[in-house]
Amino acid sequence: MLLFIEQCLNGLQLGLLLFLLAAGLTLIFGIMDLVNLAHGSFYMLGAYFAATFAVMTDSFVLAALLAMLATLVVGMAVEVIAMRRLYGRDHLDHVLATFGLILFFNEFVRLAWGPEGRNIPLPSWLNTSIELLPGVPYSAYRLSIIVVALAVAFLLYLIVMRTRLGMLIRAGASNREMIGALGVNIKLLYTLIFGVGAALAGLAGLMQGAILTAQIGMGENILILAFVVIIIGGIGSIRGAFIASIMVGLIDTVGRSYLPEFFKLALSNEAAATAGPAMSSMLIYLLMALVLVVRPEGLFPAGGR
Amino acid sequence: MTVLSLRNLVVVVLLAGLLLLPIYAQVAGSPFLLTLFTRIVILAIAATSLNLIMGYGGMVSFGHAVYLGIGSYAVGICAFEGVESGFVQWPLAIAASALFALVIGALSLRTRGVYFIMITLAFAQMAYYVAIGLDRYGGDDGMILEARSRFAGLINLNDKTAFYYLCLALLFATIFLVWRLVNSRFGMVIQGARSNERRMRAIGFPVYRYRLVCFVIAGTICGLAGALLANFTDFVSPAAMHWTRSGDLIIMVVLGGMASPFGPLIGAVALLALEEALSGITEYWQIILGPMLLLIVLFARGGIDGILARLRHA
Repeated sequence: MLLFIEQCLNGLQLGLLLFLLAAGLTLIFGIMDLVNLAHGSFYMLGAYFAATFAVMTDSFVLAALLAMLATLVVGMAVEVIAMRRLYGRDHLDHVLATFGLILFFNEFVRLAWGPEGRNIPLPSWLNTSIELLPGVPYSAYRLSIIVVALAVAFLLYLIVMRTRLGMLIRAGASNREMIGALGVNIKLLYTLIFGVGAALAGLAGLMQGAILTAQIGMGENILILAFVVIIIGGIGSIRGAFIASIMVGLIDTVGRSYLPEFFKLALSNEAAATAGPAMSSMLIYLLMALVLVVRPEGLFPAGGR
Repeated sequence: MTVLSLRNLVVVVLLAGLLLLPIYAQVAGSPFLLTLFTRIVILAIAATSLNLIMGYGGMVSFGHAVYLGIGSYAVGICAFEGVESGFVQWPLAIAASALFALVIGALSLRTRGVYFIMITLAFAQMAYYVAIGLDRYGGDDGMILEARSRFAGLINLNDKTAFYYLCLALLFATIFLVWRLVNSRFGMVIQGARSNERRMRAIGFPVYRYRLVCFVIAGTICGLAGALLANFTDFVSPAAMHWTRSGDLIIMVVLGGMASPFGPLIGAVALLALEEALSGITEYWQIILGPMLLLIVLFARGGIDGILARLRHA
């Protein structure tokens, strides 16, 4: 039971990290109709920036804020230099161009920071464990990830649902041509959305980077998970991304820890030891296949299309 | 259209070069060249099969390398379990990839556009993680192929030149097959569905079924390339179906020229030659290749084949 609560919290934490990535991705998909494979690169850059700033400023929180600012700037620069020219082009062109960007950023990081991973040092007040319920200790840092990500999600909700900017974003997601025709400065809006998406990815990257390490290519595996989230949630829908992220995070984490045990009931120990890990890494893809069979547009497709 | 256009000339020179390459490698005393080009030819087979669905059918699969992996794992697992006959291994590799393509295609083809790109990627990734989970067959590290497929004295795959010519013959056969296929009634339906799916359906073609058959054919051919790849590297690992490999295949097709019979071959030669050249200049060659891809996407539509065709008209 203890372990189960801990695993659920870990799943929630993974899900919320996924949401930070998927929120930006799904907006970029939904509004600019752009497939951005390089979104994982911002995740990686966020972690590396944080590692550097943490050494420079000696403060984790300050480093995190600076790293987010830096990924925001990099994201906006990438939009202005490259992405802007790709809107309205074929999806295949997006895939190729952003694949090129991944190669560039991976190699850039190797050049700038070296091939070894970087640690992001945690302050002592985060590096402890908190007694959540009597007898249930949990890492304070992981808990803080959950809190921060929930806060960001709530802020995002407020911005998207309650402000003028959010209204434009929602309008853009359901009918892109129309808001341009109505005289909204689309160029600026696009640059802003791309930058904010990058900063959110950077935040996810630096938070995860402090648990593991900042590594080259760290963004790619989680990016594919984020794609799965977006497909399940429906492209362009923040709400869909949120629900799907939590689902994927929980299923992946809990599945990994319990499926092998579950198999042991039916199979021999040896067979379960082999089938368990393989099956549990397949779980979320099976979920995605199931969702697509039932609803090819995802659970919460953005309206208008 | 004259027979002697620049584009045809390039193709003829390329094909002649490929045919004569082993002799040149022998004379020049650089066995490395033969190794490089065996690799190019095998990947060109995979790229040609991708061109069938992506170039002609408009189905952008971002998980095509999964069949390379399945084909090579079929050979690797057979060899590991003591079955060394190529007459068993290769048909098994082909059948396994056909089956996978059928399942992946049946589910993926229900979706369109970005969803299709993502779902093919996700399925490939799933297979990748399953391969990592196969502890008996090396897991993450992969396994060494103890012996290349045996063909009962018909052909010896350990002979590098013979192996190269086998790959080349299979490449020519693949290009011919794809060319015949896209110019048949079947191919017309596939191409028609790419330009206007709704109209094809209105005429009465079951587009989904046609696409699925096309998808399976492409996966099957790529599975064969996977069997070749395992024999070529003497090594089987999950890396064969890593998503960057799928990306490489897409680059080859787009770089060479989509929906062009020899485009994927040209693209494979160009990309791998470029990689060799750039990695000779700097250790960080991808920092050059990445932006180059971006520029190619932005300014060289239609790939090399398209440029050649335009030069003729200019």
